[in-house]
Amino acid sequence: MNAFEYASPATLKEALGLLGNSWSDAAVLAGGTDLLSLMKDHIAEPKRVVNIKGIKELGGITKSGGGLRIGANATVDELMESAAVRAEYPSLVAAARGIDSPQVRNMGTVVGDLCQRPRCWYYRNGFGLLAMKGGKSLVESGQNEFHSIFSSGPAKFVSASSFGPALIALGAKVKIASASGSREVAVADFFKAPTGDGDREIDLKPNEIVTEIVVPAAKGAKNATYEVRNKEGLDWPLATASVVLTMKGANVATAKIVLGHVGPTPVVAADAASSLAGKAINEETATAAGKAAVAGAKPLSDNGYKVQLAAVAVKRALLAAAGKA
Amino acid sequence: MGPGETEITLTINGKATKVKVETRTTLLDACRERLEITGAKRVCDRGTCGACTMIVNGKTVYGCTTLAVDNVGKKIETIENLTAGAKPHPIVPAFSNNDALQCGYCTPGMVMASKGLLDRTPNPTYDQVKAGLGGNLCRCGTYVGIRKAVLEAAKELRASGGRKSGGSNA
Repeated sequence: MNAFEYASPATLKEALGLLGNSWSDAAVLAGGTDLLSLMKDHIAEPKRVVNIKGIKELGGITKSGGGLRIGANATVDELMESAAVRAEYPSLVAAARGIDSPQVRNMGTVVGDLCQRPRCWYYRNGFGLLAMKGGKSLVESGQNEFHSIFSSGPAKFVSASSFGPALIALGAKVKIASASGSREVAVADFFKAPTGDGDREIDLKPNEIVTEIVVPAAKGAKNATYEVRNKEGLDWPLATASVVLTMKGANVATAKIVLGHVGPTPVVAADAASSLAGKAINEETATAAGKAAVAGAKPLSDNGYKVQLAAVAVKRALLAAAGKA
Repeated sequence: MGPGETEITLTINGKATKVKVETRTTLLDACRERLEITGAKRVCDRGTCGACTMIVNGKTVYGCTTLAVDNVGKKIETIENLTAGAKPHPIVPAFSNNDALQCGYCTPGMVMASKGLLDRTPNPTYDQVKAGLGGNLCRCGTYVGIRKAVLEAAKELRASGGRKSGGSNA
């Protein structure tokens, strides 16, 4: 890890003043579970590290307008233990549980989960975010069993975020601050598939800090996350699905289905979701929705198996949300 | 502060200790290389294997993935504390009673993850033990013995009135 200047400001204003216009000027440290590894591997080489953990206004998970406000310093463990989260957002609890290391849950933050860099082994070994060499994708011609099955552009990695799909399905937003003001972005728009090696996979600039996540009230909407995993213990899922259902009697009024770990961003399966309107959730309709959700999948040479896993994740998340798992 | 060396005070196993570190020094390296507190092991050094597990402010963390300077003013407990008292913490004999180790490299981290789990969940089920140690790897595959050891220690702790630590000072 390169040497760096370290600051631990007490206010957001001070922290924002310490950031720069380039990613190499400064990095924001909260949980650090990704940042420190990136710095050890020289994927991130900031001249300054700004620790935001001492900023009280960025802490906590609170009920807000019927929904939730998740501060930038709120850990995954805090989310999992929050009574407000457990009461109404089983999809977030399941996503938190999927981060199977208590140590990572104790240290890592929910906002950090959204901001972590991809886990693609080409990227982590210094071949760049898009892993291109001589105009060719190393991923396409190399080892890609854990990579994207939903890429329309050059990005072949998968979004590593555990909470992204659930937050998108719930209609959550992130608040982002810079020295010149603040803005709000839907979590669905926060993730972007980069087209150049200098691009980021999230809508965040070097001089900005994600200050909180705002989750709208669940209002009784049923929600669930199902992760398909290779092993128990700390690892990233192979495919996940988060769903949110509003019901009219026994039938679906509206549905949202978002896939995780199968594309460079979480993948919203809008057609599969709308096909459920007016239907009851059962093995048959859930299986059909799963198939519809992966209809546009374009697997690489070694990850065709993920298409089936993603379809199954959708089916099981729907059955779980409907209380039929 | 930084990027050069700075003197900070870390409170490890109840003892305030001055140590010179760079801002980039991890808590694990500060303990192992500056303070000769070498129980926690450096294996993956990327927050994945759990061999460096310590307890900070009552919660388990990866010592390799937190900066020393970020731990000023916090209560840090390492495995050394579990044998600091007259009798070791019950998790220590439970590991040997249950063949909960083979090569031993993961053991300090497993023991601290187990203690962290028992501090929070004094009466765990088998599945809670399994999930509670999800952040630690054992390449010898002694998981079954480790889980038995945690259940035995939990029983012992309940019988002895829930004494939490070998040392009294963390």
